[in-house]
Amino acid sequence: MTRTGPRAATTDRTASAAPTTERRPGRSGAGTPPSKLTFRGGRRWEAARRQLVPWLFLAPALIIFALFKFIPLVRMVEMSGNQVRPFLGDIYVGSDNYEQVVSDEVFQEAIWHTIYLAIGTTIGALVLGLVLALVLEGQLMHLWFVRSAVFLPVVAAMAVVAEVWRILYHPSEDGAINSIIGLLGFGPEPFLGSADQSLNSVMVVGIWKGAPYDMMIFLAGLAGVDRALYEAASVDGASVWRRLWHVTFPALRPVFAILLTLAAIRGLRVFTEVFLLTNGGPDGSSEVLMTLIYKLGLERSGELGVASAGSVVLLTATATLTVIVQVLRRRGAAK
Amino acid sequence: MSARTGVDTALGLDTKRGPLAILAKTILYGALIFIFAGPLIAILIGAFIPVADPTKLTLFPDDLTLDNFRRAIERDVFLYLLNSFIVVGFGLLFQVLVSILAAYALARKKFVGSTLVMLAFLATMMLPEEVLAIPLSLVLADVPVIHAHLIGSLTGMIVPVVAWGFSILVMTEFMKDIPIELEEAARIDGAGELRIFWSVVLPLCRPALGVIGIFGFAMIWDQYMLPLLVATDNEQFTLPLALRTLRTDEEVGVGVLLAASLLALLPSVVAFLAFQRSFLRGLTSGAVKG
Repeated sequence: MTRTGPRAATTDRTASAAPTTERRPGRSGAGTPPSKLTFRGGRRWEAARRQLVPWLFLAPALIIFALFKFIPLVRMVEMSGNQVRPFLGDIYVGSDNYEQVVSDEVFQEAIWHTIYLAIGTTIGALVLGLVLALVLEGQLMHLWFVRSAVFLPVVAAMAVVAEVWRILYHPSEDGAINSIIGLLGFGPEPFLGSADQSLNSVMVVGIWKGAPYDMMIFLAGLAGVDRALYEAASVDGASVWRRLWHVTFPALRPVFAILLTLAAIRGLRVFTEVFLLTNGGPDGSSEVLMTLIYKLGLERSGELGVASAGSVVLLTATATLTVIVQVLRRRGAAK
Repeated sequence: MSARTGVDTALGLDTKRGPLAILAKTILYGALIFIFAGPLIAILIGAFIPVADPTKLTLFPDDLTLDNFRRAIERDVFLYLLNSFIVVGFGLLFQVLVSILAAYALARKKFVGSTLVMLAFLATMMLPEEVLAIPLSLVLADVPVIHAHLIGSLTGMIVPVVAWGFSILVMTEFMKDIPIELEEAARIDGAGELRIFWSVVLPLCRPALGVIGIFGFAMIWDQYMLPLLVATDNEQFTLPLALRTLRTDEEVGVGVLLAASLLALLPSVVAFLAFQRSFLRGLTSGAVKG
C-alpha cells in the first residue's frame, strides 16, 4: 500500500502540535527531559496535556466504534427483551423471545444446522489445510506457484464463490460437478436442490474456501519447526510418519488452537454462502441461524425482538467459545 | 544432508526425485490447481464464451465472444463496480486513518484507561459483523447525536466499516516496536506530537500498513450483509450484491453473471498478487503470534 500523501493537520489537533519549543543549538540539549521544555503554564500544563493527547488520537476510533459497534450491541440486547413494533412502540416481554428461540422448532433446526456446518467446515478445512501444507511445503519456485494458485479461493469474494459454485452444482447430468462424477460412474446428484444434500453441499464450498487459508497458517507453523529435530529423527532411523507424529504435530499444536477458534467463530456467523447458495435450502434444510435471523429481521412485523434474541444467543456462544479457547491455550502454554 | 529421509520439510517430498516421483507430483499439483483454481479459471473463461445455461460452462472454449460483457454493461455493471470502488476506496482510507491514529495512542502513550480501551477494541473482534448487522442498520437509519439517515446511501456502507479491531491491533503491535529514542530525539529537536506521528513513527510502519491495507481491502470488498441491509435500491448495490440480480439474462443466459463475477473477482486477485508479501505476513504474524 503506498503511503498516503502529507495531509494538512486536522484543526482539532493543531492545538496539540502548536506548543513547540525554540530550537536548541545542536544536540547539546540531548539529555534534557521533555518536561523542562517551556510551555505556557509550565509543568502542570505539560502533565495535563500528556494525558489529553492520547485521547485526541483515539477520538475518531472511539466515536466510530461507539456509534457502529457498541450502540447497536446495546440496541440488540434491548430489542431482545421486547416485542419490537416499529412506529407503534415496543412492548416489554421479558424472556419470551428467548423462550421462543430455545423452543421453536425452526430455531432449533437452524441452530443444529449451524453447529453441524461449523464443525464440519472447521474440521474439513483444518485437515485438508494440514495435508495441503505438508504436501506443498518447501522453497522451490514451482511450489510457490502451486500454493498461490491454491490460495486463490481465499482471496475471492464470497459472493463470487457462491455464484460460481451454484453453477458448478447444477443438478442436471451436464452440470460441471455432475459431469466429473459422471466420469467416475456416479449418477447426477441434485446437490443444492435436495433437502438431504443441501447442507453438505454448502459445507464443501466452505471447506474449499477455508482449507487454503488454514494451509498458509500451517505452513508458517511448519517453517518454525526445528530442523535439528528432523535431523535427529532421521539419524535415529525414524520413518516419516513417526517423525510427523512426534516432532511436527506437537510443534503445530498452538496453530491448531488458533485455527480452531477462528474457524469456530467463522462457522457460527455463516451467512453469505448459505444465503446465496440455498437461502435456507429446500424446506429449510440448510437454514442457519444468521439466515433465519435475517429473514425474521426483514419482516418488520414484530419479529425483530425474536431475531435479536437469536442474535444475542449467537453472540454469547461465540464469545464463550473464544474465551474457553483462550483459557485452554493459556493453560496449555503454562504446562 | 537431505539424502536420507530429507529434513527440510516434514514429509521430505523434496528428496523424491525419481521420474515416477516427478510424474506423481506433477499429477498431484495439477489436481490441486484444478480443484482450487479451477472454478475461478472457469469464471475467467466463461466470461468470454457463450454460456446460455450453466451446463454450457467449460474450460475448453470453442467460441469466444464479448456479448456477455456487452450485456453486463447494459445492465449497469459499471455502476455497481463504481459503487464498490467508492465504498472500498473511502472505507479503506478512513479505516486506515482511524486505526493508525488510535494505534499511535495505544502503542506509544501511557495514559489512564489505555488497557481498557484496548480491551474494548479487541472485544469487538468477538462480535461477528453479521450478528450486529440488523441492529446496525437500525442505528444507521437514525444515527445518534447527529440524527443522520444513512440508509439508502453509500455512506451508510462506508462508515461502519471504518471500525475494525483487526487493523488497530496489527498497527498497535507494530508501533510498539519502534524505538523510543527516535521519538525522544525528534521531541528534543522540537517536533510536536503530530509531526512525530506523521514523520517519525508512521514511515517506519510501512509493512504493517501494507498488511492492514490489503486485508482491509479484501474485507470491505467482501462485505455482503451490511450493504444488503443499507441499500434501498438496486442502484446502490455494490458489485458482489448485484451478482444475485444478474443470475440470468434473456440474451446471454448465465454469461452475464460470469462476466460480472469476473469483474468482481479481478480486483481481489490483482491485489493479492501485487501485495502477496503483505498478505502472507499478515496471515502468519497475526494468527501464529496469537
